[in-house]
Amino acid sequence: MTRIKSVRHLTQRGTCLTLLALAGSAVLLGIAGCGKPKAAQQPGPLRVWHWMTDREAAFDELARRYQQETGTRVRFELYAPSDIYVQKVRAAAQTGGLPEIYGVLGELRDLASFINAGHVLPLEEAMSRNGNAWRSVFFPKALAVNTFTRENAYGVAPGVYGVPVDVMNVQLFYNKRLLATLGLDQPPDTWEAFLDVGRRAAAQRLIGFVSGWAELWLIDCFATDYAIHEMGMKQVEATYRGKVPYTDPDWVRVLGRFAELRDSGVLAEGIVAMGNKRAEQLFANGQAVFAFNGTWGVNVYQSMNPALEYGVVMPPRTDPNRPMVTWGGAGSSFFVNAKSPRREEAIAFLTWLTAEPQQRYLTEATQNIPANRSAAADLPAPLAAFADDMDDTVHPRLFSVQEESTVIEAFDKGIQSILIGERTPEEVAARVQETKRLEASRRATRAARQEGGHAID
Amino acid sequence: MPSIERRAIAPYLFFLPALLLFLAFSVYPFYLLTHTSLFEWDGISPAKTFIGLSNYWNVLAHDRVFWTSFSQAGTITLLALVLQNALALLLAIAVNRRLAGGTLYRTVFFLPPILSEIVVGLIWFWIYDGNFGILNEALSHLGLARFARAWLADPNTALTAVAIIHMWKGFGWGFVIFLAGLQTIPEQLYEAARVDGASAWLRFRHITLPLLVPVCVVVSILTILGTMQIFALIIATTGGGPGYHTEVPITRIFHSMLGTSRFGYACAQGIVFGLILLVFSLAQMRFQRRVS
Repeated sequence: MTRIKSVRHLTQRGTCLTLLALAGSAVLLGIAGCGKPKAAQQPGPLRVWHWMTDREAAFDELARRYQQETGTRVRFELYAPSDIYVQKVRAAAQTGGLPEIYGVLGELRDLASFINAGHVLPLEEAMSRNGNAWRSVFFPKALAVNTFTRENAYGVAPGVYGVPVDVMNVQLFYNKRLLATLGLDQPPDTWEAFLDVGRRAAAQRLIGFVSGWAELWLIDCFATDYAIHEMGMKQVEATYRGKVPYTDPDWVRVLGRFAELRDSGVLAEGIVAMGNKRAEQLFANGQAVFAFNGTWGVNVYQSMNPALEYGVVMPPRTDPNRPMVTWGGAGSSFFVNAKSPRREEAIAFLTWLTAEPQQRYLTEATQNIPANRSAAADLPAPLAAFADDMDDTVHPRLFSVQEESTVIEAFDKGIQSILIGERTPEEVAARVQETKRLEASRRATRAARQEGGHAID
Repeated sequence: MPSIERRAIAPYLFFLPALLLFLAFSVYPFYLLTHTSLFEWDGISPAKTFIGLSNYWNVLAHDRVFWTSFSQAGTITLLALVLQNALALLLAIAVNRRLAGGTLYRTVFFLPPILSEIVVGLIWFWIYDGNFGILNEALSHLGLARFARAWLADPNTALTAVAIIHMWKGFGWGFVIFLAGLQTIPEQLYEAARVDGASAWLRFRHITLPLLVPVCVVVSILTILGTMQIFALIIATTGGGPGYHTEVPITRIFHSMLGTSRFGYACAQGIVFGLILLVFSLAQMRFQRRVS
């Protein structure tokens, strides 16, 4: 009886309304929590978002020094791996929650989208202050990667948008001891000699070449190097513009290089499923003769095996009369949130971070090539080799035209198909060209829609 | 307000908060997903271009890789439905016989499902590694070195290798559900069958299996939905490669969204994928009703 009474009591008006009000408040609070965060009332630390696990401790130390010098607190927030970081930044951009300073990973069109959406502060004015004082400290290529030219295809106002923290390029590491085992005292400088080393390595049951070719971008670096080496930049850009098809014999020849690599036996078993961490382990443990890896490898190998004896060279030429290039430019760059009220503080911090003493500290602590030219004057041997070749670097962001992401994917996945012996270079070229045709048709539809006024804000 | 009307409204007021939460976190996101699928949008730009059903047309008519990824997820699902669930049922029957150390077996069998998919992927990556993998080493010791290969990089074995990892990780769920189902079958039925001289196979065929049908349907639905949405394991092992050989629908959607910045297209892929899963689920529920 008492229970029935209490149930009735629940349905009485006052209790009902109280419960409803509580539940409603909870829902409203929940929904409000999903909205845009309000600007902090008290100036907290300047927040810097990054994905660089290897530099976490060094960044924290620099933040501590900056607070000591200026009284401004800076907090580096690490979100890794890079896939997660990309999601984090995009979600924050959509909800207005970006920090004062952050990095943008991806292609040039992604950076352009961030700029066009008003998330990135133009730094042209800051770079030009005091007779270009800030601009002049950087390697020109490092800055160029963060610069939009007047003719850019994305409608971005020309100028500098990003601050490079370091520079990098991707080259061929070689294990000196293993090379000697194969009867060589110098790394091969021609393609044929390189393939021959691969054959010798295979005969001695050694792993010839490792790289993280499960990660498509490293395949793309290698392929881009050889495309530019064999065809020249003009032909590559003409292809991106749709003037030269991927079925052109030059492209088929570039794709054919991967079939030659496969047939020579130089490649590690299962290289298409190999992440770069695994490739780095194999090379650091002295199990592979060559590794195609970036500047950051110096730090990785140092931490994994300080006794490893290795050298660094440009990838071998297929044509001795043409210059070899290597993929590189700015390593990591930071951008200032244009919507942050603390833009000037962010610029001041980045100016300090890229000054010579801080850049020297970063180089010592993380074994990366600094973006500041003066700090790169007396680098240790492996890094100096990378720095010497900075003038021969190419970077897709510096091309006058960028290829569509879907075409790049078809190209890189196609190379994997060649490496596993599933398709011929001709078949891959045809498939890539088909993807290019579909993409062109999609772009035409989009352009027509935009002209017809279907774009909405 | 008269008391009768108040009483009539009261139940609706009670479920209003749940309704609001459902609208905010299920209906609205679904509306947004559908809306975005009608646009070309990179996920960042303030402007979106309305392209009608073009994204859907491209998914249905031109995206061969997406449909290949479907068939690959279907293959893994089929393997999981048959092998994983058969193993789960077999182990559940064994443990249900009150073996010594039954609790230990339950714990051991349920360990893989609670491990992170990334951790499981990394462990198995070491097993399958083509250069210094445990599996190849074992084959060499058994004199079967000719079968050694890079299991995850070989187009002939990559998908099956991933499916094996998935089944190893997933059979524990089925095991627990089957075990719970077996424990609800009255012991008297078996005793009566024994008295009538029924063999172990006949008892299984005519008592266990019919009474486990509802459990089998539940396990099948969970297996299909769980396996079709396989993602982290693929990312941790093959990333969808070599080529497109281990791509599944979610990796394609993920790639469209973050790899190529086509948010509208990814939303269209997501809706097509969701609709197909819905059809599967409805068909299975109908099947269950019919069997029941």
